Amino acid sequence: MTHLAKDMTPDVKWRDITPGCNIFEGGTSASVQTGDWRVLKPVIDWDKCRQCLLCAPVCPDMSIPVGKDGKRGEFDYFYCKGCGVCANVCPFDAITMVKDEK
Amino acid sequence: MAYNLKENLMKEDRFSGGHRMCAGCGSPIAVRTVLRALDPEDKAVVCSATSCLEVSTFMYPYNAWKDSFIHNAFENAAATISGVEAAYNLMKKKGKIDETWKFITFGGDGGTYDIGFQSLSGAFERGHDFVYVCYDNEAYMNTGIQRSSSTPHFADTTTTPAGTVIPGKLQQKKNLTRIMVAHGSPYVAQTTFIGNFRDITEKAHKAIYTKGPCFLNVMAPCPRGWRYPTEKLMEVTKAAVETCVWPLYEVIEGKYVLNYMPKNKLPVEEYLRLQGRFAHMFKPGNEWMIEQVQQEVDKNWEDLLKLCNM
Amino acid sequence: MGIRERLSGNEAVAYAMKQINPDVMGAFPITPSTEIPQYFGAYVDNGEVDTEFVTVESEHSSMSVCIGAQAAGCRAVSATSSCGLSYMTEMLYVAASDRLPITLAVSCRALSGPININNDHSDAMSVRDTGWLMLFAETNQEAYDNYLQAMRIGEAVDLPIMICQDGFITSHAIENIELVETDKVKAFVGEYKPRHYLLNKDEPIAVGAYATPTYYIESKRLQAQAMMDAKDVIRKVGAEFGEMTGRRYELIEKYMMDDAETAVVIIGSSAGTAKAAVNELRESGKKVGLIKIRAFRPFPAEDIADALKNVKAFAAMDKSDSFNAHCGPLYAETCAALYANGVCAPKGINYIYGLGGRDVRVESIKTVFSELDKIAETGETGDTYRYLDVRE
Repeated sequence: MTHLAKDMTPDVKWRDITPGCNIFEGGTSASVQTGDWRVLKPVIDWDKCRQCLLCAPVCPDMSIPVGKDGKRGEFDYFYCKGCGVCANVCPFDAITMVKDEK
Repeated sequence: MAYNLKENLMKEDRFSGGHRMCAGCGSPIAVRTVLRALDPEDKAVVCSATSCLEVSTFMYPYNAWKDSFIHNAFENAAATISGVEAAYNLMKKKGKIDETWKFITFGGDGGTYDIGFQSLSGAFERGHDFVYVCYDNEAYMNTGIQRSSSTPHFADTTTTPAGTVIPGKLQQKKNLTRIMVAHGSPYVAQTTFIGNFRDITEKAHKAIYTKGPCFLNVMAPCPRGWRYPTEKLMEVTKAAVETCVWPLYEVIEGKYVLNYMPKNKLPVEEYLRLQGRFAHMFKPGNEWMIEQVQQEVDKNWEDLLKLCNM
Repeated sequence: MGIRERLSGNEAVAYAMKQINPDVMGAFPITPSTEIPQYFGAYVDNGEVDTEFVTVESEHSSMSVCIGAQAAGCRAVSATSSCGLSYMTEMLYVAASDRLPITLAVSCRALSGPININNDHSDAMSVRDTGWLMLFAETNQEAYDNYLQAMRIGEAVDLPIMICQDGFITSHAIENIELVETDKVKAFVGEYKPRHYLLNKDEPIAVGAYATPTYYIESKRLQAQAMMDAKDVIRKVGAEFGEMTGRRYELIEKYMMDDAETAVVIIGSSAGTAKAAVNELRESGKKVGLIKIRAFRPFPAEDIADALKNVKAFAAMDKSDSFNAHCGPLYAETCAALYANGVCAPKGINYIYGLGGRDVRVESIKTVFSELDKIAETGETGDTYRYLDVRE
């Protein structure tokens, strides 16, 4: 039996659970989809985006990745909760919040 | 090294998505920004007081922290990190570890201004080498928006509801930043999210890389508790700074430095009216509340300017 | 073999700490355990130990420091008494739940109020359900010996351990004691090698989760197992210690129990007084005996049931009261132990005694035995919940 977080399923038996509910890995929340909380979804108009990056640090959910080339990429909708801070902060109106059709 | 937003954002986040903080919450923004101020080669142990942040970032088995993390209880984050830092010193002394570790503690205002204040004060007096980051959202948000000693005057909270006899919280906000300065800390700063995040990032880097106990007070709005639409976060923090409700300053070895002087200091209404928790202050007959808050903000601002020799 | 010394119980514990050279100590003064950090502070300041000595602003913080340090990968220790132990209570639960084998020396003292600095067990008993292992000492020698065994026991099951002695009675009284040579101590205690710890550069860990109902009870069940497993560990470590020193330790000590018809069950220094009473009564032909509880956590239910199964009557002696209009904790658990092990014949009564430092005399214990005699003869227990030596 490993003590990996992925094995700590809701069916885990008491002998197998990690002692003290401690976790021996970093960043295990990465598998949690918080994108399904979303009501509105940010959509970027790449023609308007000037890569000023002001949207990236305001994201509470690490959903605006900035690549090795120093440019922001597509939203990470797996985590994005649709708060809209990025859209509001964009100086070029490149981000629009639209109803999320799931 | 000059701050560059692009370079800063190209550093890998040390905080993972999949945490359960509310949409638009200020606290994870503070956390990821402070952690991005770590030099990538340095290791870190992060500690959190019991708070929204803690229960949302380490709900078993899901842990949003990529660095080693410890949560202990509500009132003892500073004492807990003291123990971790003492262990580091011992292991370093005995040659058990070579690498550099940094120690960063997060607490909400309840866990910092109130119940955690004794352990915070003790840790600063003892002089452990760590950073305490208060993400200040001005009430006990995790339990449902109860007043703390950080809650501003007249704010409508669930334990200080704006009633027919008592108009919200009767006391002013405790000035914790200055109390931490009085501890003789080598670096204390007050910041929030502004523009390209230069202010908070530079302060976080200084706090992490100044030896000794350093304190960052980060205004981290709570859309639920402050009652503003989530997307308005950066408008709220900007208004806090432009009205001088939340001035940006730092205190280096006891020397006060103002980091931002508003060109036109805005009236407090510009900040208060953005938030539902102050809505009752705008009702006819309640103008005196706004006037009073304006006087209080003015006095605090003048005091700060004097401390900054301005 | 061994080093002859004369030490108070507090100094003996501080000396044991020095020999072990723990990594981190969270220290805060409270009577009567204050001398432990005092002695230890002198070792630190004179360079006799490597320990990071963190002199905190409260007992709550001293336990918090221990939790942080032990989670980080170090051996952490502290010492306290009375209200200090109460103030730590919240963190005691966390230390046990986080499975951190911290060692805490407790010089037991009455809880307020009224405020009282003298010995009883109300402090230790009030934290008996926190998940800590708890060993009690009758003498200074036992306090020292228990301390030397503490880390071996705690670290084997990943549970924190309390080494309790009686405030003033042993903590301050100076007795002849036999110390173990430091090199032998170090070899016996060994190095601390945690499997997971915060300051491991190759494996980030997260300690102190929020556990939903989906996981909480499984985690507690695992913790409960560690406490059960500790019984064998305590016996094994006690036997190994015996091989080294000639002083063997079990979960309980049986004194004159082989043919005993009546017995007292007792904890701590009063066991010495009670042994004197047993000796005198034995001289007059009475078949009396005594069971001393060394390990209160884990509770040695089987050992107690086995030791009491042939007595006609026993008294469980509680140096604290549960204020439940019924009995103290030792009586409750002793009776539960008998019932659980199918031992129903002995009649049992409970005495609350020695609260707040009330002297316990040989005569007091003889009174208890004379009451047990009556019960053994008549089969009538009368009131089972009694106070000893209280002015009527």
